[in-house]
Amino acid sequence: MDLRYLLKRLVSFVVTILVSATLMFILTRLTPNDPIQALLGRMAATGSNIEGGAELVAMYRERFGLDQPILVQYLSYMSNLILRGDFGYSLAYFPAPVLPVIAGAIPWTLGLFLVSTIFAFVAGNLLGALATWPSTPRPLRYVIYALAPVSAIPYYILALLLLYLLAVIFPVFPIGGARTAGGDQSLGLANILDIVHHAVLPGLSIVLALLGFWVLSMRGAMALVKGESYLMYARARGLRDRRIFMRYAVRNASLPQVTALALDLGKVVSGQVLVEIIFSYPGVGYVLYNALRTADYFVIQGVVMFVIISVALATLILDLVYPLLDPRISYRDGQA
Amino acid sequence: MIGNLAFRVWRALTYSVPLTIGCLLLAAVVIPSVLSPLFYDLGLARIASSGLNLPPSWEHPLGTQSEGRDVLALILAGTPATLIIGLIGGGIGVLVGTFLGMVSGYFGGRLDTAIRNTVDVGMTIPPFAILIMIAASFKVVTLPLMGAAVAISAWMYPTRVIRSQVLSIRTRGYVRMAKLSGIGDLRIIFGELLPNLIPLITAGAVNAIAVSILASIGLEVLGLGGQNLTLGTTIYFAIYYASMWRGLWWWWLPPVLVLVAIFLGLFLVSTALDEVANPKLRRASS
Repeated sequence: MDLRYLLKRLVSFVVTILVSATLMFILTRLTPNDPIQALLGRMAATGSNIEGGAELVAMYRERFGLDQPILVQYLSYMSNLILRGDFGYSLAYFPAPVLPVIAGAIPWTLGLFLVSTIFAFVAGNLLGALATWPSTPRPLRYVIYALAPVSAIPYYILALLLLYLLAVIFPVFPIGGARTAGGDQSLGLANILDIVHHAVLPGLSIVLALLGFWVLSMRGAMALVKGESYLMYARARGLRDRRIFMRYAVRNASLPQVTALALDLGKVVSGQVLVEIIFSYPGVGYVLYNALRTADYFVIQGVVMFVIISVALATLILDLVYPLLDPRISYRDGQA
Repeated sequence: MIGNLAFRVWRALTYSVPLTIGCLLLAAVVIPSVLSPLFYDLGLARIASSGLNLPPSWEHPLGTQSEGRDVLALILAGTPATLIIGLIGGGIGVLVGTFLGMVSGYFGGRLDTAIRNTVDVGMTIPPFAILIMIAASFKVVTLPLMGAAVAISAWMYPTRVIRSQVLSIRTRGYVRMAKLSGIGDLRIIFGELLPNLIPLITAGAVNAIAVSILASIGLEVLGLGGQNLTLGTTIYFAIYYASMWRGLWWWWLPPVLVLVAIFLGLFLVSTALDEVANPKLRRASS
């Protein structure tokens, strides 16, 4: 791999993290009123729990040394956050630090995210390609295009509708959680099936919301590939239709889709946060929801930083994998 | 040019079924909620103005919820509020995006590099994450404040699209001719570039409105909507009071359906406008 390309991506990853950490610092410091006081006030207005509010404010002031010059505050904040991964203390679970509270939720979020994103990406791109392929039967095409408007509906709206339909009216799936409460924690087959059973509805909300997006963008990508001479050549050689479709058309058309995936990650993660809340799925989104309800300021900040860092990391990984998929890119320097 | 555009829009109206359906969906949501003060008592949206948890009846067509608010009044008052947030957020997003995109594309150089890199870094930071921090930092979240905040998620895409379009227009004959004849940059921007960008800006605006509404509802579902009566806060309280498990479908389902209509309407309109603004797309799909 081109060293300059690698370096460029690494630099932009670090810049993204630094910029967002700085943004968080500015937001907590320069807003017109004390963010913790504000949050407490508003949470009280929406009827949420605000236990231990006074200690929270006192600790906040002490911890950030608000009497020190702003530059000193900034540097100590950045070194705590970036070098030590110190996000402060959770107030709901005091004196537990923020990191373990979030870390316990990460496997659930990551699992749900990876499975549904990859499934939606593969299925959406295949369906999108099929919709443009001449030998696809017409009815199938209409079904595929009917998926497109579904992607306009937000994740949490789809989640509410699916929940009502498939867990309340027809109780096929559980109404929430990630596993049956009180079950044993061993890794037996029954347990795995239980976890899958609980993940179907949250996963389906994400997949349905994403499918149409991939169908539409793959349609655009296929339109560009369809005119290429290598397809004509493959046909002239008498290759089977399926082979031309998979090896020649889809493979080439899906390359720009990987870039689109990188651009879309943030949206998916934000959407998943809300889906987790609706299904009480014990991931990072649910941690955030509880933190907002209890005005657990540092946990909120920690979850937000976690989302930013993981999206930046995933983008970096995709950017580094991309030249392996498309060898042309490493010869291009400058903008890729 | 304007005549040509009007003709193209008219033709799109008559032959684009999605656009027509999208406009109808939006009209079905907007018109009743705008005219509602004439035929419905919106005071019923106040706490304890009605009985608790009443199912739909003649008196309360969509029933009431657990705080004693009439659900129909909540919807009729909440829809305009949600749309206003969308218009403010989308409006700011498109204005900022158009300005930055034009400056970046037209002047190029260091300014362009700076704007392009800002957008690139900005696009990797999920706007929703930043919005949570912003919304959590204000004591009172008014409608305009919410609109201005969600604009953060709506300016980057227009900036990109406008910039790349300006890059291509800038090299065309009539712009070069205008430059050679010594016309000032401002007049070129407003006289030559802007008129050509109008279809693209319109399509971008519809998209930006949808993005803004999406972000605001997301924040409200998290409980960060403050005291505003919007569709999002209605859903938040419906979830908070577990309306779904208690069989109070008339509470959570109506705001959900109105939002589905709004998002489908905006999606259909923006897809159709995209095709008007971008004739290449039309050819690719046929």
